[in-house]
Amino acid sequence: MKTLNEMKCTFPARSENESFARTMVCAFAAQLDPTVEELADLRTAVSEAVTNSIVHAYRGISGGSIAVTVRLLPDSVIYVRIADKGCGIADIEKAMEPLYSSAPAEERAGLGFTVMESFTDKLQVSSKVGIGTTVIMRKKMRHGREYDCH
Amino acid sequence: MKVVELKQESQKLTASLSGELDHHHAKEIRETVDFAVREQLPPKLVLDFTKVTFMDSSGIGLIIGRFHLMEEYGGVLEIHNPSPQIRKVLRLSGADRLAVIRNHIGGKAEKYENTQ
Repeated sequence: MKTLNEMKCTFPARSENESFARTMVCAFAAQLDPTVEELADLRTAVSEAVTNSIVHAYRGISGGSIAVTVRLLPDSVIYVRIADKGCGIADIEKAMEPLYSSAPAEERAGLGFTVMESFTDKLQVSSKVGIGTTVIMRKKMRHGREYDCH
Repeated sequence: MKVVELKQESQKLTASLSGELDHHHAKEIRETVDFAVREQLPPKLVLDFTKVTFMDSSGIGLIIGRFHLMEEYGGVLEIHNPSPQIRKVLRLSGADRLAVIRNHIGGKAEKYENTQ
């Protein structure tokens, strides 16, 4: 699908950057003039994905980084790719079950993927143990304006 | 800016939260609130979301954890003034069934969002 605009950013997997990451993606998505609710949904979904990388992917590993790519696609669709090179997920199906968490002692609710799935239109998760995890989310900004690529 | 401020009254402890409630900030809130609850054993714990501008599922973990903490000794949990974004996350998680949610309207009247 044709990319109308694109932004890439890589940052250290530190919890201080959770706020930065979701704000950055939303600032880019604002070009589509989405509604407050659409932007809040995107902000929450991005926060979950980035937090997963920080909390789970790089558990006990220092110096890891997270790569975020945001694209504006035709029909007011926002594409967000969040990739880490962390421990990977052995059983994606289990990890995506609502309320399942590999870290319940830390009060992780086990809802990260549920939020991502509910607050976007399409969620794809690919992962390899020891290699890393990539999450791709697509969300159509229904009330947004058509992106002017001229 | 402090992410949590506590106010103790005879029958309740109010924790006024501020800013963005994510994984980064949840730990400090949890530690501050739990310390005060264990010390005071209030019949009611109020988590006031009036000044919270964002919450993700880290906030749900925080709410569920405080619900269990209050339940341990028969106390109750109330959530005040969650924004529409926060309410959406609460609904999705089912955490809105663990606590009474109240909205202050113009600072005067109160409306029960739900009842247990």
